[in-house]
Amino acid sequence: MVPRPYVVKRMRKDTVDTFTLELGPKDGRSRFSFAPGQFNMIYIYGVGEVPISICGDPSSSTLVHTTRAVGAVTKAMSKLRRGDIVGIRGPFGTSWPVEQARTRDVVVVAGGIGLPPLRPALYHLLAHRDAYGKVVLLYGTSTPDDILFKEELENWRARFDLEVFVTVDRGTPGWRGNVGVVTTLITKAGFDPTNTIAMIVGPEVMMRFTALELMKRGVKAETIYVSMERNMKCGIGLCGHCQFGPLFTCKDGPVFRYDQIKDLLVKWEI
Amino acid sequence: METLERLLSQHPFFKELGGEYMQLVTGCASNVRFEPDQFIFREGTEANQFYLIREGRVALQLFSPERGHITIETLGEGDILGWSWLIPPYSWHFDAKALDLTRAIALDGKCLRRKCEDDHNLGYELLKRFSHIMGQRLESTRLQLLDLYGVRS
Repeated sequence: MVPRPYVVKRMRKDTVDTFTLELGPKDGRSRFSFAPGQFNMIYIYGVGEVPISICGDPSSSTLVHTTRAVGAVTKAMSKLRRGDIVGIRGPFGTSWPVEQARTRDVVVVAGGIGLPPLRPALYHLLAHRDAYGKVVLLYGTSTPDDILFKEELENWRARFDLEVFVTVDRGTPGWRGNVGVVTTLITKAGFDPTNTIAMIVGPEVMMRFTALELMKRGVKAETIYVSMERNMKCGIGLCGHCQFGPLFTCKDGPVFRYDQIKDLLVKWEI
Repeated sequence: METLERLLSQHPFFKELGGEYMQLVTGCASNVRFEPDQFIFREGTEANQFYLIREGRVALQLFSPERGHITIETLGEGDILGWSWLIPPYSWHFDAKALDLTRAIALDGKCLRRKCEDDHNLGYELLKRFSHIMGQRLESTRLQLLDLYGVRS
């Protein structure tokens, strides 16, 4: 697959090391459609290619990616400016079960940089709000300075049809919000565990403990979904770089049903 | 007292405690209210209560001369605040400050300790329930210490 050129329409710095790129096709044609939870391979010419979840509204005309500058490619991405060109291949992978969640309560749990891959699902849930039961967002970060999309979170919190809980691992002077790990929020949220779909993204340890806590509350493993991160390269299950036991994260994932991978998560060897 | 007993018996902490013991516990309970920013207890002072938070939020804090008041954890509706009343030397290890208007049921630790000494079955029941909370808080603290969201170098 050949990368399609996209133009940087907007670049925004979200936190000290996190940024958001808004992209549009260079040829002016409309962008491809995608399902919430899918990812793109973003190619920075002369540097390399990285898999990054799509984080914008599925119904918007632009393509939005939020990521953290940690490696050579994402550091180069963080220096992009309006008008610069990147290559895009995608969208790849499985998506959040937004159709299956219809009529049920939905609990969305994000840890740190795990919020961006869940944002398209939240946009979808809110755009079709009548189709779902209670919708709850539980979000944890290291410190208040690491909270992403603050303005949007405040708007969401103001809605009467969405419960938003935010917590940080370490408070800073002046912070009056919650302090504690994101798993502690699970007991605070009002949802029916027997009729809930849960979507989780964050570091693997966080996802494991969140799933355990949800199961303690009565949510079945078959209704919990997690998004995995592995070393995706080809995006179509050919190269084997992202192999996860018998699965390929790029093709069989990144969104997996928890009961299908929970035993793999505790195997050190894979 | 009837209302207090009903409130206490509906709380998961006292689930299946049994009517006789519920009456004993209720005898040590009272309703309390704290204004925003009011300290509920201070580090180093005598720990003779624990609280069942009914409404509001409470910050558990430590004071450091260099960094001021550091919040370690926040607790809210339905949470249990304080277990130092159960373990000698019965003094608070942290400060607890109400962040919002907070309503709680206070349980008199001295009164409960005496009842637990008289009836070890009650003591064992309460200890089992507090051990569960301590285990949960320890697990959360361990996860907090991992700094999971930080960038790995």
